[in-house]
Amino acid sequence: MTASTNTQNHASVESEDLAPRSSFFARQESTILGTISVVSFLFFWEYAVHAKWVNAIFTSSPLRIIAAGTNMVKEGTIWQDMATSGLEFGLGFGLATIIGVPMGILMGWYRRLNAVFEPFVNALYATPRIALLPLIVIWFGIDLGSKVAIVFLSTVFPILVNTMVGIRTVDRDFVKVARSFGASDRQLFLTVALPSSVPFLLTGLRLGLGHALIGIVVGEMYGATSGIGYMMSIAGATFQTDRVMVGIIIIAASGMIMTQMLKMIEMRFEKWRVDSRG
Amino acid sequence: MPKMQARGLHIGFYNERIKKRLNVLDGIDLSVAEGELVCIVGPSGCGKSTFLGAVDGLTRIDGGDVLIDGHAVTKPGPDRAMVFQHDSLFPWRTVLENVVYGIELQGSMSKADMNGRGRQLVELVGLKGFEDHFPHELSGGMRQRVNIARALAPDPELLLLDEPFAALDAQTREFMQVELLKILGRAKKTALFITHQIDEAIFLSNRVVVFSARPAKVKEIVAIDLPKERTLAIKHDKRFHELQSHIWRLIEEEAARTGLVTAS
Repeated sequence: MTASTNTQNHASVESEDLAPRSSFFARQESTILGTISVVSFLFFWEYAVHAKWVNAIFTSSPLRIIAAGTNMVKEGTIWQDMATSGLEFGLGFGLATIIGVPMGILMGWYRRLNAVFEPFVNALYATPRIALLPLIVIWFGIDLGSKVAIVFLSTVFPILVNTMVGIRTVDRDFVKVARSFGASDRQLFLTVALPSSVPFLLTGLRLGLGHALIGIVVGEMYGATSGIGYMMSIAGATFQTDRVMVGIIIIAASGMIMTQMLKMIEMRFEKWRVDSRG
Repeated sequence: MPKMQARGLHIGFYNERIKKRLNVLDGIDLSVAEGELVCIVGPSGCGKSTFLGAVDGLTRIDGGDVLIDGHAVTKPGPDRAMVFQHDSLFPWRTVLENVVYGIELQGSMSKADMNGRGRQLVELVGLKGFEDHFPHELSGGMRQRVNIARALAPDPELLLLDEPFAALDAQTREFMQVELLKILGRAKKTALFITHQIDEAIFLSNRVVVFSARPAKVKEIVAIDLPKERTLAIKHDKRFHELQSHIWRLIEEEAARTGLVTAS
């Protein structure tokens, strides 16, 4: 028996190594195709402006965006805007995590607590938080406070709700095993409920991230004195398309980088998951 | 004194759908001596798992009692351990971390001692070298070995196995039966084993307990008068087949009584 299962397992381990060794181009095919398509698009965009098929005032162009970006770096205002938006994001997202995760855990674990808070959570989760902006500005002014508040409100619910669902949907078989080993409530929570809810929690953080970026941009466009969204709305109002584009790129890039970072954390925590290994 | 003794055990459940109370166990009397391996068979749904749950202390008892070394069972305890049908290994724990789970809950051993004991058990079930693998990297048979090692880790005196090999393919199941006897022999444990497979029951045990259809009673206890040393060859023995057809007839009678099959 020992021999038979061992060989079985080795066979499955080796099969990965024995997979046909494809050439560099075959393995990198999607990366290469992706790069080619992006580069061609940028060239086409630049050429379309150059050949006067479209008006650069509306469409901008890759070279103009780079020039605008360089100028903004020279002026130094871009750093100020990025610092403002970054601080708003960090405080709002951090606060949402610090409050959302424990609240989600408690609401998932204690049915009574859930009954008390669920109506509020459901109502606020269903409301587009952007709709609360006028109220938030009345309460917190147009500076840092209102942006932190909107980021917090945008982010806290996806984090809270996902954590709660994770704690609540613990596999009954695992609970039976833990109970059979004499686990106390506290041990059941620490050794079963908490680890099995980690994937849900990380999904919550990733969803929250997207909501947070929307919150920052819209919040700053609605009323602010600095920040990337503020810069974009001023540039937009004065027809500086190049600068608007710089703002879009910064927001998109930070969204992508942070999502990627969360994905890496997810891989780290879920190395036991079959589907995260591919 | 028997290791485990059930006296007039009654268990019933309230069924929400039909708004009626269903009797599952209707006065089970059974005792198991130290070092014995007793198998329980019976028609599907007769309450075998419920019985095992009651012995483990997971299921509430409505009447009668279960004694372990003369003490009545009220909740799960370190003197008993359950091996469930679905291996239910924690996917976020490695093989070693799964095996030491029960010890970790007790919190009475240092981490080094705990891991030392864990390694011993991993070796006992023939998985040396797989300590740091995750469950999803193992085959079904290997996972069931880890499951058995996990149950043995807190050094229980009574091992309760609830159809542990039901989910395995026929070949692996036969090998695991041999392996289980070796493991239990080495670990010197008393065991209660539930199964649907009559040949599995005969092969493994000293006595086979046949439950009647629900509400379950002990219909008959069949002594297995086969040599103590069991190899797979014994399954071709004439006596083995006689026992097999005898037990099959008992189960068939019960199934016919409840209309599962028509009596011939």
